[in-house]
Amino acid sequence: MKAEKLLKKSVSRRAVLKGGAAIAGATAVTGFPTVWAQNLKDVTINHTGMSYSTLADIARQATLDLGFKVEMSVVDHPGLTNRMIQDPNSIDIADAEIWQTKVFVPAGVTQAVDPKKIALWDKITPLYTQGTFAGKPVSREGDSPFEFMYRDAIDGTSFHDGPTEWATFLPGVYNADTLGIRPDLINRPITKWGDLLSDEFKGKAAIQNIPTIGIMDAIMACESAGFVKYGDKGNPTQDELSQTIAKLIELKKAGHWRALWNTFDESVNLMAAGEVVIQSMWSPAVTAVRTQGINCVYQPLEEGYRGWGNGLALMSHLEGIKLDAAYEYLNWYISGWVGGFIAKQGYYISVPEMAKNFLNENEWGFFYEGKAATADITSPTGEKTNSAGEIRDGGSYEERFSKVGVWNNLMDEAEFLFAKWNEFNAA
Amino acid sequence: MNAGTDANRKSLLSTYLQVTPLTVVMLLFFVVPVALVVLVSFFRYQMLVGIVPQFTFKNYIDLLTNPTTWSLYGSTLKFTVIVLVITFVLGFWIAYFLVFHVRNLLTAIGLFLVCTVPFWTSNIIRMISWRPVLGREGLINTALIDTGIIAEPLDWLLYSDFSVVVAYVHLFTLFMIVPIFNSMARIDKSLLEAAIDAGATRWGVVWNVVLPLSKTGIALGALFVVTLVMGDFFVVSVMSGGLSGSATSGMFNDLQFLNYPRAAANAVILLVVVMLIAFSIFRLVDVRKELVR
Repeated sequence: MKAEKLLKKSVSRRAVLKGGAAIAGATAVTGFPTVWAQNLKDVTINHTGMSYSTLADIARQATLDLGFKVEMSVVDHPGLTNRMIQDPNSIDIADAEIWQTKVFVPAGVTQAVDPKKIALWDKITPLYTQGTFAGKPVSREGDSPFEFMYRDAIDGTSFHDGPTEWATFLPGVYNADTLGIRPDLINRPITKWGDLLSDEFKGKAAIQNIPTIGIMDAIMACESAGFVKYGDKGNPTQDELSQTIAKLIELKKAGHWRALWNTFDESVNLMAAGEVVIQSMWSPAVTAVRTQGINCVYQPLEEGYRGWGNGLALMSHLEGIKLDAAYEYLNWYISGWVGGFIAKQGYYISVPEMAKNFLNENEWGFFYEGKAATADITSPTGEKTNSAGEIRDGGSYEERFSKVGVWNNLMDEAEFLFAKWNEFNAA
Repeated sequence: MNAGTDANRKSLLSTYLQVTPLTVVMLLFFVVPVALVVLVSFFRYQMLVGIVPQFTFKNYIDLLTNPTTWSLYGSTLKFTVIVLVITFVLGFWIAYFLVFHVRNLLTAIGLFLVCTVPFWTSNIIRMISWRPVLGREGLINTALIDTGIIAEPLDWLLYSDFSVVVAYVHLFTLFMIVPIFNSMARIDKSLLEAAIDAGATRWGVVWNVVLPLSKTGIALGALFVVTLVMGDFFVVSVMSGGLSGSATSGMFNDLQFLNYPRAAANAVILLVVVMLIAFSIFRLVDVRKELVR
């Protein structure tokens, strides 16, 4: 009697499981609205990316707003491409930099985003979707967003020049980077990238030890200081790279570099502890130094900024309700909350006008319009970063992105670069 | 007769059964992964694609003919030797003190536990916490400047070979203390008394009795320190401020680019080097014999 009951129970459980699998496996709505809602609640979306944009606060808010669980996994740049290619099923949404698309799109591990399923697609900055900004074409030195924005098909493994029905990813956060300085420890204005290599900062300068990005800072500095001439800074030749690295090694041997930093927190500590007065820096690191009450400036320079951008890519394995949940998350991501949150750490979001709803007038004026703050500005975690009356380094959003000189990139000679960078490390 | 062989067979079977779990674990988690690494190290690498299963020696030739590899190994070996010497001197005398000078067993155990206190926090914390001590505006520099001993901060305290060695010694000395302590604790104290009765000096006792009898511990400790320092990437990059590389940092750079074949070849080379060092340590001391003593 008892056994029979048990048997029935297990059979019915199995039947339910089977049904669930069938629904999960189907690509279209299968007509079980109750089960559907139930299942969507059980979905977990994994968002994997680098520390600067893969923030636990975003996952918390998304989970709250969407009703299903969003979780964050933080990796470093090589870690992301490695994970995407070696273990694609462990990620649902990859928060990748533009140049990383050159690795994962040919590998065929992602599916293209359908712009028709993104309600705010037409509001996305033309920086990504058209290759223009404020009515003018954007610099194409390096890997500019537009060049890698589209593919031919949902499973296309190459890029298409110009808009198609299939986007490589949903444009996410982006910024224009420059050098960080300690104005209290430097007694003159800093105006050029070349100042990073200036003798007066011997033993007090640092550069980032991430080859693909560090080399761009080095190239900007070497060109500005007149040490090396480049045909295309975004795609240097072996000879140009050799000369650049030789210069870096020469400086290293002369004791110019106090350190080569690998992580965000290292750059913060170097600056805050007074080890370094001028260095490569990311915007939130400048914010982090300022929250400690130390004056640190993200210094705009004559030669322009080093631009970079991220996007959210959908992994190929997503289907059925999980894919629908992923699209819901993408739509939520650009709907304003994220934009407001990351503005306070100095980043911009692909649909700025939606972020406006999540910033007060003072913050919007300070971060996007280049206006003087009318009250104290705080970081995402609530610490004060700027006082009333201050203007953001680099001015308005428009001013900043009109001056992008070069984009983060994966150059044709990347393999050569890595070998050379190793030499720099070992020297 | 018949019963005897049966019993033999039974004991043989139980012996096999007893070694099976460890054999399976070793096969699955050691032999198979290492075999895979060796296999991949002979594969070809294609830019942005990764591994192409075509046999080639290119990875090894690239590495061995590249001066960068040699200078990275040179710097790693330099750190290994310096750290080995310092941790040995510290480890030996700390263990000696605990075993022969502290009369009360409870005190000895207590002091031994004190040695492990730093291990209650993660090694990242232990490493990073040197920065506020050694930095330009750190404890030591501030103290020296305030007392008027120096005018300018000492830059070589942090982000230098010095700070790397400090962190290594801090992190790894315990790995020297524990095995040496273990060896020394087994030394029969009456041997020391006999040596002194026979006219040996204090130093003579250490040199002729204690040192030879603790060489198993020294060998094991040295093995720990060598493998830890040779395989390290993190400590050297954090404490040198990225200015020094290690044998492993070359692998890390290769992985950024999905160049698994060359990283694997580098791993095999490192494995061979460490095994050669381990082999020579075991040639000097028959650890197995000493352990079953």
